[in-house]
Amino acid sequence: MIEAHDLSVDLGGRRILRGVDFSARSGTLNAIVGPNGSGKTTLLRRLTGDLAGAGLVRMGGRVVDGHDLRQLARRRGVLAQSVQVGFSFTLREIVQIGHAAGQMGHVPDIVDKAIAEVDLTHRADTPMQALSGGEQARAHLARVRAQIWQPVFEGTPSWLFVDEPVAALDIGHQLQVMAILRRFADRGGGVIAVMHDLNLTAMHADRVVLMEAGQIAAQGRPEDVLTDRRLSHAYGCAIRTNHAPASGVWLVPQAGATDQGMAGQAIAGHGGLRHG
Amino acid sequence: MSTGALACGPVRRLAPAGRRRVGPVMAGLCVVLALCAAISLSLGASGVGPWQMLSRDLGPADTAIVLNIRLPRLCLGAMVGASLAVSGALMQGLFRNPLADPGLVGVSSGAGLGAICAIVLGGALPVGLTAMAGPYLVALFAFFGGLISTLVLYHVATRGGQTSVATMLLAGIVMGALAGALSGIMVYLADDTQLRELTFWSLGSLGGATWVKVWASAPLLLGAIVLAPLCAHGLNAMALGEATARHMGVRVERVKTASIVLVAAGTGAAVAVSGGIGFVGIVVPHILRLLIGPDHRALLPAAALLGAALLIGADTAARLIVAPAELPIGILMALIGAPVFLWILLRRRDGLEI
Repeated sequence: MIEAHDLSVDLGGRRILRGVDFSARSGTLNAIVGPNGSGKTTLLRRLTGDLAGAGLVRMGGRVVDGHDLRQLARRRGVLAQSVQVGFSFTLREIVQIGHAAGQMGHVPDIVDKAIAEVDLTHRADTPMQALSGGEQARAHLARVRAQIWQPVFEGTPSWLFVDEPVAALDIGHQLQVMAILRRFADRGGGVIAVMHDLNLTAMHADRVVLMEAGQIAAQGRPEDVLTDRRLSHAYGCAIRTNHAPASGVWLVPQAGATDQGMAGQAIAGHGGLRHG
Repeated sequence: MSTGALACGPVRRLAPAGRRRVGPVMAGLCVVLALCAAISLSLGASGVGPWQMLSRDLGPADTAIVLNIRLPRLCLGAMVGASLAVSGALMQGLFRNPLADPGLVGVSSGAGLGAICAIVLGGALPVGLTAMAGPYLVALFAFFGGLISTLVLYHVATRGGQTSVATMLLAGIVMGALAGALSGIMVYLADDTQLRELTFWSLGSLGGATWVKVWASAPLLLGAIVLAPLCAHGLNAMALGEATARHMGVRVERVKTASIVLVAAGTGAAVAVSGGIGFVGIVVPHILRLLIGPDHRALLPAAALLGAALLIGADTAARLIVAPAELPIGILMALIGAPVFLWILLRRRDGLEI
């Protein structure tokens, strides 16, 4: 259980986060959504302790700020939006660094399993700089997974904090990454993900937190939060949600009457891939 | 792997998949170091050669040459080379940049200023005390000089875990200039005996090696070499940025402090006993990253071995090339190091991180 009370963050003299209460249960995938500048990443970074500010964050009842870092590294993994690697470490070496710091440092084959999970076994000995942006993003997910391999570790749920994990990925790998996070939650771990893609959020999240101007505008089940009225208000544009024939909520941006047909096609393609 | 290899040809050529053969490379380095040491011990300006040593046909004078001149020089060279290379690797890890080198960014100048202060101001001490504590004092002052310049440099060049390379190099130039000016003042204050001492010291040579110098500098030099691997995991994680390193359980501030103190100790003591010997800290880690990769757990011990071997080898060459005179080893290292450094710059121009 992650519980946070009255979180505020000031950056550059501006209040980015305004007294946010947040909680998330293990076994669930929690998505933080909202327009640019609404404070999604700031909330995540305040929850992980990267940003200092008012309020308290508790993980499993213990305050996160000032928690022993090495212990914390075995309970929680954090995947930042972009990570620049100094020196020419190979993908495998990067995953090994995470693995050595994590839960299963004594079980060497976790490294290969984590690399296989993101489908990069054939690139394992390639220097990170030689990987594409999407491959790098997946490599870092593999690193965090090698660190936090067990959704439940020593009887306590583990947590993954991920900031836009699918931003650089093509649609197939977006679904692959979301499936990894989904599986982690289904097996008892907790996931808190800042999400840009509302469709993927609707498909995979158990709970959605909608941010607006540094505050939580709405939170709850995807079908309750991702509504036409709420989304249109938060994102400042007309948004119409819809249901695909298969299942789940589908969102179609309403840019203009002439664009509607195209948007509908794009969504149909999305659904086809998911089920195909 | 076929398409992947094609897609990134140049990088794979420089960093092939099979390059990470740490074991054989370490073994090879040990052999090279032993060979360099044996050659260094058995060759020199005096007539004592390898065959004489092997046949144990040594008179008392020859034994004295080997034990009191060549052996301390060998020990000092090995320690200085190892700690310069390890300091370079540590500093590059700390700054996340393969161009950071204590000699280039003014740490050596700061250490040099410390050493000069010790030599000149040490004159104010009673004569007996200077004779006894002199070498230790020089090493200690050089350590503090190096420490202060590393701290200043880090705080000027690094903001929120991001190091600006341009700022780092410019700050290094400025610090070098400042240390040079202050050293000039010290030289102005020095008396004739101290000037003589300063001149010999600044030539940058292992020529004055004595057992006293070995013992005076050993704690700092060996301390830096032996303790550096403790920072290895932290530096590996910090290659991913400070925040990410923290998420992987690394106490970043501790690793940074430890690295800065070790760099100051290694560089300071090396400068105190041998003057300015440049490029070891940049050439050695660079070659090793190509051979065994950037993993600091292997890189730091390997740098100690190769640094020691390189400096012993260069010192032997410096003694023999113009025997019975000696070439200052600093000159020789610059001749080797400068082209390698230019080569690194050329490669980086292609956008390759090393």
